[in-house]
Amino acid sequence: MYQYDQYDQKIVNERVAQYRDQTLRYLAGDISEEEFLPLRLQNGLYIQRLAPMLRIAVPYGLMSSHQVRKIADISRKFDKGYVHFTTRQNIQLNWPRLEEVPDILAELATVEMHAIQTSGNCIRNTTTDQFAGVASDEIEDPRPWCEIIRQWSTLHPEFAFLPRKFKIAVCGSEQDRAAFLLHDIGIQLVLNESGETGFRIFAGGGLGRTPVIASSIREFLPTKHLLTYLDAILRVYNRYGNRDNKYKARIKILVRAWTPLVFAERVEAEWQHLKDGPATLDGHEIERVKGFFSQPDYDVVDSQAVQAQVDALAMEHKGFSRWLDRNVKTQKQNGYACVTLSLKPAGVAPGDVTDRQLDIIADLADRYSFGEIRTTHNQNIVLADVLRSDLFELWQAARTAGLATPNIGTINDMICCPGGDYCSLANAKSIPVAEAIQRKFDDLDYVYDLGDLELNISGCMNACGHHHIGHIGILGVDKKGEEWYQIQLGGSADKNAALGKVLGPSLSRDAVVDSIETLLDVYVENRREQESFLKTYQRIGLDKFKERVYAPVS
Amino acid sequence: MHQFLKDGAVVPNSWQLVSADTDTPVQGDILLPVSQWQEQRDALANHPGAVGVWIDSHEEIEAFVDAILDLPVIAINFPKFVDGRGFSLARLLRERYEYCGEIRAIGQIIRDQLFFMQRCGFNAFAFETELDLVEAIKSLQDFSDAYQVAVDQPQPLFKRRA
Repeated sequence: MYQYDQYDQKIVNERVAQYRDQTLRYLAGDISEEEFLPLRLQNGLYIQRLAPMLRIAVPYGLMSSHQVRKIADISRKFDKGYVHFTTRQNIQLNWPRLEEVPDILAELATVEMHAIQTSGNCIRNTTTDQFAGVASDEIEDPRPWCEIIRQWSTLHPEFAFLPRKFKIAVCGSEQDRAAFLLHDIGIQLVLNESGETGFRIFAGGGLGRTPVIASSIREFLPTKHLLTYLDAILRVYNRYGNRDNKYKARIKILVRAWTPLVFAERVEAEWQHLKDGPATLDGHEIERVKGFFSQPDYDVVDSQAVQAQVDALAMEHKGFSRWLDRNVKTQKQNGYACVTLSLKPAGVAPGDVTDRQLDIIADLADRYSFGEIRTTHNQNIVLADVLRSDLFELWQAARTAGLATPNIGTINDMICCPGGDYCSLANAKSIPVAEAIQRKFDDLDYVYDLGDLELNISGCMNACGHHHIGHIGILGVDKKGEEWYQIQLGGSADKNAALGKVLGPSLSRDAVVDSIETLLDVYVENRREQESFLKTYQRIGLDKFKERVYAPVS
Repeated sequence: MHQFLKDGAVVPNSWQLVSADTDTPVQGDILLPVSQWQEQRDALANHPGAVGVWIDSHEEIEAFVDAILDLPVIAINFPKFVDGRGFSLARLLRERYEYCGEIRAIGQIIRDQLFFMQRCGFNAFAFETELDLVEAIKSLQDFSDAYQVAVDQPQPLFKRRA
């Protein structure tokens, strides 16, 4: 993974000093509340319902075991001994003290981490596929490009006060695992006719109040032009994005108002001035960054023998067999596999882990995955590059630590925002809904029979829980001061991205869980062989589901 | 304020900022809205004092920029400090239109924006509210290096790494 040199380290250290000074001046009354707001947000500090919340950046979801141990340490020293993994592959502390945030940042800087631009109306953490570098359907490893974007976007002087937040995702594979079409800019690695790698650029996607799937604005951008082209998009947005109404301020509104074609023309015109300028990437820099993502030292493996051994253990241990089915994925390197550690056991807020578990994750990474850890936008942890012959041992260790719940990709692997329990924006609680669903569907055989099913929960329209793109989406709404929930069906975050449709009038929390059961009954009764929930929905349509959920009680 | 920051130092402010609905003062150093300056341009040739313009953050500078490049001062207004359009305007003036005079940030700017503003080409800062300008100068030095190309550093860090 990328390692800081003296320049990167100096910039992060100076950011800590700058923020420490800002905090001191705020506490001394020299900076007003209004002025401090964007300053602290640009450093990931929210003032929440119960306490401040600090969001720590995990660039494109990649961490070392060393960094994970530091997070565990910080959560013990400055917080309540647990942290939360977010849908932007970042980490949140729920109970830091505002006065101590500069000290937390100083600790983070010792392990090449920070909280720069994890919130606020600026360019946020660039995200990508959790299986980058090991996915068999990959055109090219997207992480070097994410790192190049990270450096360009970090403390960019022109784009620190954009109309609204700005999110970029990079997709390097055939199958999309980064939901890149739902970002302000989605960058897809592609090959042109002559076999050169370049980027297809999409703009104007996003969730929130007005969910939109991004439009293609450039079919092929040679790699060297990446940064000048991004500068052009951001400049057009910075100048012409709506600043009067925060609900119309995302780039998606501008792209739609101008039409994607006109937006693309405006960007192109701006880019003509910047193209081939000094920010044009050269081969030396691209190779330098790629060098940090070279492949680890893989063993040569007799894969047939190992497979026989794994199969035998799976026959013997049903739990191991289930875990292999749901939590283990093949990777392109022979004899190795990707393991997803589930952060969604029943009874725990999705994405929450304790300091003890973080230390164990770091140990497991050192032992089995070359010391590297990946966070996912589904709020789980991935250990890649695990020798298949180590899988059984890893499963046992992960199970003891409560990290081996075999539910990845099932209804119980929900994306869920912190909701009304923590967040001051939320209309309704989301964690108790997630828990009630997990408790309701605790029969593993039933859950496996349902197969792949994405259920996403957001506590409000801001859609941090990505409810629009769940096969089943649940949205918390406020009805005369009471918490109600709207159900949506048919959303999808893959390459054929789709936004869910509202099922009908909103429901009480108790009725939501029963209605989910009804929806699943309709699916099971109507599905054809091997057909997923989403596919069945697409075939039979919304009404079949709606009729049953809202059928009068007889 | 009676003083402002220019080129990293506190200097006296002799300039009168003229808003769109007021008459042009008959003497002294003045900053006029661009439209007003354009209307009175010929008459202002004999103005006793220096003449500059100020641009609001939403303005399409491409429409008039060629006419103002010989002026000694172009001020860019920040109606709210979170309105970041002025950052792009300053870069355009310096990098695309090669303006060499003073670019002054005016309006609701805050001290913690100075480093980024300077990178974008501002070299003068006139605050609306009272603050310790000598202290504020420190914010110009918040960082000793940066990744991106900007007015103060035409080479990106990736071409300068030792």
